[in-house]
Amino acid sequence: MPELGGVTSAADVVGLLGRTGYLADDELATVTYLMLAMQRPLLLEGEPGTGKTALAEALADALELPLVRLQCYEGIDASQALYDWDFPRQILHLRALEASGGAGVEEAEKSLYDERFLLARPVLAALQQSPALLLVDEIDRADDEFEAFLLEVLSTWQVSIPELGTVKAATPPVVVLTSNRTRELHDALKRRCLYHWIEHPGLERELQIVRSRAPEVSDDLARQVVTVVQDLRTRDLTKPPGVAETLDWAQALNYLGTAELDLASAASTLGALVKYREDADRVRQALDQLLRT
Amino acid sequence: MTTGSRGGDEILLAFTRALRAGGVPVTQDRAQEFLAATARLGAGDPNAVRLAGRATLCAGPDDLARFDQVFEAFFNARHGLPRERPAIQQDVNHDQLPMDDADAGGLEQADDVIRAAASATEVLRHRDVASLTAGEKQRLAAMFATLRPRPPLRRTARHQRWHRGQVDAHRTLRDSLRRMGEPSEIAWRRRARKPRRVVLLVDVSGSMSSYADALLRLSQTLTQGMTNVETFTIGTRVTHVTRAMRIKDPERALVAAGDTVPDWSGGTRLGETLRFFLDRWGQRGMARGAVVVVFSDGWERGDASVLAEQMARLRRIAHRVVWVNPHRGKDGYEAVQTGVLAALPFCDDFVAGHSLATYADLVEVLADA
Repeated sequence: MPELGGVTSAADVVGLLGRTGYLADDELATVTYLMLAMQRPLLLEGEPGTGKTALAEALADALELPLVRLQCYEGIDASQALYDWDFPRQILHLRALEASGGAGVEEAEKSLYDERFLLARPVLAALQQSPALLLVDEIDRADDEFEAFLLEVLSTWQVSIPELGTVKAATPPVVVLTSNRTRELHDALKRRCLYHWIEHPGLERELQIVRSRAPEVSDDLARQVVTVVQDLRTRDLTKPPGVAETLDWAQALNYLGTAELDLASAASTLGALVKYREDADRVRQALDQLLRT
Repeated sequence: MTTGSRGGDEILLAFTRALRAGGVPVTQDRAQEFLAATARLGAGDPNAVRLAGRATLCAGPDDLARFDQVFEAFFNARHGLPRERPAIQQDVNHDQLPMDDADAGGLEQADDVIRAAASATEVLRHRDVASLTAGEKQRLAAMFATLRPRPPLRRTARHQRWHRGQVDAHRTLRDSLRRMGEPSEIAWRRRARKPRRVVLLVDVSGSMSSYADALLRLSQTLTQGMTNVETFTIGTRVTHVTRAMRIKDPERALVAAGDTVPDWSGGTRLGETLRFFLDRWGQRGMARGAVVVVFSDGWERGDASVLAEQMARLRRIAHRVVWVNPHRGKDGYEAVQTGVLAALPFCDDFVAGHSLATYADLVEVLADA
């Protein structure tokens, strides 16, 4: 079986993702390798801001695949995920035919269901562009029925359009699903996927991430920021800051020209780190302790 | 593993079986996936086997924790066998018919018996669940089937076809386009309705132990009767028991719930457990726009201010907060428990919950929420 991007081990995945600036740990790399090797969808869960979506983006970048993103929301249905016919263009086409006094009935009808009138939505687009990377983001927001529908596509890799015929992917797309666990996904869908729970990174890894994603931030500042964030995660916050918030905060401090983290600069940029008023109060108290020592 | 691939596979399959016994729902196809994954990563490396197992056999953070425990016990057992799991208590008696004394008399007495039974049923409806004998409890259990839960509805952003309401210009035009621009019937639409999510938080701490059985039965009935019900037990910990509640047979559902809940009749730290629930599930969306029902007597061992804070948080997220207190319906009850006092300002409804009749009232409250 040809391996995508020449990946033959978990170490290759670390290397590939590393080149795009995404630092994967051992477990995540192994799962990603298995996903590519076994051609299985990967279901990623974890706290918001731990890099679930970023993994898909980095992977697409690393494997040089087009990234097709399907953002799920409540009430999403097949016509928004698969395909739709472009009615206005079809009508225009008919009017044009009429004006030119052109083709016969049957021919006109036939020309209506041409591929150029087909609006390929993400899933169909991913199948057409194969190989591609299909990111199904926040699948937990979609309804149960949509999950069942997705299940069908994920197992057969084909979509049938009554007017045109069946579209089948030459090579199955790499599929990444992310979920925030607002509801439990159906077992049937989970069974088809490999599962991984993304944790917040440890101190050294998070420091590496800040260095690679925000190289303009000085080393000292980065270390201070990460140390504080790591400590805050162990405290009792409504929404502990994710990696995305760490990056935002480091960049915010950098824009203000802060060379070293102190209480005043931290307090004025707190909005980049915590998004709840209760949390902001607690963090202010904690900062007082942390920065004094 | 030097026994060759066949022997290796057998060990791995035995491990999946141990995992199933440990409470991770491993299916046959998952086990196959696991074998394929270990074959790719190399079965000789314990860490590779662990990673492959975590990716293929687990389906949630709870599974991951269990997986690690079983993995440790299975592959790294140093001092003999892993600890034995406590046996499942199975003292549910199915033999006794619900109304076993009703068929004692002859035909001529049948009418009387039915009337007597009917009034006994009515009395039972209003009796405090905690004061029932085992036989009465069993009879009452059958009566839970008479509850007819209706889900609370919410309007969605989408519209649906309807025979009156607003003009559905989009559909009307599209229909007419299908007919090459010939005007045709006018389509109408209205805002669609969907069942709102209902989240049940059942206190199973010591002070609530005489109600736990009835409340879980009620949860099971509600789960069966509506589409979107999530159930958690709270005590010293928060346990997600929706899966058990989805089992059709109430007795089996209760046994399954009993197996998953680790903290029966423990202490209560309402505030902290509520916070855990909100952090882990509620805030992410499970409680958002939902009708949240808390079954508890409000005995709070911890700091009541934590409870107040968390209830305020819940109130902001949820559509409606209903507090069900089994003691409320009793004579001379006053809301004096620190927990109730702290929580009451943030509740939309404060209802009784000690008998079947009050549960029927609760069903109405939910339907109108």
